[in-house]
Amino acid sequence: MDAMPKWADVILIPVISILLAAILSALVILAIGENPWAALKLMVDGALGSTYGWGYTIYYATNFIFTGLAVAIASQAKLFNIGGEGQALLGGLGVALICLYIPWPHWTIALLGAAAAAALFGAAWAAIPAFLQAKRGSHIVITTIMFNFIAAALLNYFLIGALKAPGMEPATAKFPEPTHLPSFQDMFNFGETTFFRGAPANVTFFVAIAACVFVWALVWRTRLGYEIRSFGESESAAKYAGINPTKIIMVTMLISGALAGMMAINNVQGEAERLVLNAAEGAGFIGIAVALMGRNHPFGVMLAALLFGFLYQGGAELALWTSIPRELIIVIQALVILFTGALDNMVRMPLERLFLSLRRA
Amino acid sequence: MDFATLLQMLDATLRLATPLLLACLAGLYSERAGIFDIGLEGKMLAAAFLSAAIASVTGNVWLGLLAGIGASMALSIVHGLASITFRGNQLISGVAINFLAAGLTVVVAQSWFSQGGRTPQLSGDARFEPITLPFAEQLRDVPLLGQVYYELISGHTILVYLALLLVPVTWWVLYRTRFGLRLRAVGENPAAVDTAGVSVVGLRFAAVAICGVLCGIAGAYLATALQAGFTKDMSAGRGYIALAALIFAKWRPWYALSSCILFGFLQAMALRSDVVEEVIGFALNGQLLDVLPFILVVVLTGFVGKATGPKAGGQAYVKER
Repeated sequence: MDAMPKWADVILIPVISILLAAILSALVILAIGENPWAALKLMVDGALGSTYGWGYTIYYATNFIFTGLAVAIASQAKLFNIGGEGQALLGGLGVALICLYIPWPHWTIALLGAAAAAALFGAAWAAIPAFLQAKRGSHIVITTIMFNFIAAALLNYFLIGALKAPGMEPATAKFPEPTHLPSFQDMFNFGETTFFRGAPANVTFFVAIAACVFVWALVWRTRLGYEIRSFGESESAAKYAGINPTKIIMVTMLISGALAGMMAINNVQGEAERLVLNAAEGAGFIGIAVALMGRNHPFGVMLAALLFGFLYQGGAELALWTSIPRELIIVIQALVILFTGALDNMVRMPLERLFLSLRRA
Repeated sequence: MDFATLLQMLDATLRLATPLLLACLAGLYSERAGIFDIGLEGKMLAAAFLSAAIASVTGNVWLGLLAGIGASMALSIVHGLASITFRGNQLISGVAINFLAAGLTVVVAQSWFSQGGRTPQLSGDARFEPITLPFAEQLRDVPLLGQVYYELISGHTILVYLALLLVPVTWWVLYRTRFGLRLRAVGENPAAVDTAGVSVVGLRFAAVAICGVLCGIAGAYLATALQAGFTKDMSAGRGYIALAALIFAKWRPWYALSSCILFGFLQAMALRSDVVEEVIGFALNGQLLDVLPFILVVVLTGFVGKATGPKAGGQAYVKER
């Protein structure tokens, strides 16, 4: 029998971990001479106080849903995909190539084509670390870290070379007009009142939601998902049951890489509409925090991604109006990873004891 | 390329290899004891910041070094608590530490110095100065050996010599002392160490602490010797290159020295792309040179050879009841 009821595992522990991270973040803000309460109010106001703020929050959340799902599905097989950043960068390369060199008649088909390219490029970038883990015993964490660096160098190489548009900036040319994805501003425009004016949230958000449903169905409603979870629970038992470890590692990492790569339809095609340097902006790493916080479940990932979207947009506002630099968000992100990931047992052990003693009483 | 340029390149190699070597040895102690550490980067960065900050405020580089070691140790304690005491995921803890350092250094630097996330420029006693070894000046004009002695061997900061000295020391500690034997054992088979009545937790904490000290020195070297002050993200992936070097060296100290020198040489090449172009006849992409260590490690220890780390690496030890 489990020591704790399920709700405590799914809700109570993450909430306590996040509270701990929030308290420490507040202490950091206090220590640098600012008022945490005022900072929080500013963040809420900036991220949720207008449809413009919401538009940014949702835009960031869309990125984080993709990268969070990528980490989450790999975690189901007990693989730690730290390479979401590189996979997302490669996804951007795929989107750029397909948008620049194929004359798309309409955005709907362009979206399908770009999503396929992004997924393909992301998956390809995850394939080599997966192969090395499955066949050669190289540690997947180390190889995916290295592939992040290699991806960044590769993108740099293309953006100052073959793909560079005329001008000073290391970026591609702007994508042609038919590839423009409808933004929330386009979609929620009712004559006099336009919602989400100037915000980058776009139709990709719905693709992200669909991806959540897809991952949920795949992991908990298909045979492959069952095999992935069994492999994650116990490799030896899975082998005994006739599950092929190489296949599971490869397939899981390909799906994971594809999901991370698909982030590019949001930030490259949806927002920038061209490929720029460092397009992923660390979203691949935030996926780790998002997946940990969301307990590797698509619904949890979605909520955590929204929270991080709020933090990102709020943090930008904070940097704009106060002397608190944007890097504060990285501190918060680190604390979330620390408490919900590495120090999980610090919260769990006392709680388990508490529940056990309650049951005995 | 003339002889003087070659000496300059090798001189730069030594300077650039030093932080890699210190971090690589740091990782070696930790991973040999069964604690994965991908937080080398973060610990170096935190140490770089605090050493530069304290050195600039006090004007004393040794106080800076101590502060840097302190910063790195603090993160090591977090890593130890997470991965030894609370048996958490060592990789996730390392990731968290890297982000914590990347964020906190800039936030605190901005709050203390208001210079956009950097510390003031260091000069004089706030920096490690190059040491001229005995007779270097006199031997300077002796062809070949004298030149090598003056240009390459002499004229580095004390931390460079310390790093080089730490290679034989680490070898001796690991392979010739009781502590080293136990340290290696705890990374291979902690249950056996426990059965012998030696504390697994104690040994692992000791290893993580040594790792903290070495990363602290590495970080302080970056900010107070290699450069003159802290700048945002100044560790620039060196922690990861050190990890790559550690795998390349298959977790052995002398090989760690050679792989760090190799990777240091690649960095020196990236800095002197003009010389490289002159020698090989065409321009190499600087970006490519920067990531060449990673490509080498992936190809050579992944596809061609194989590098298997300590057996109990990454697993928390749970005493059987």
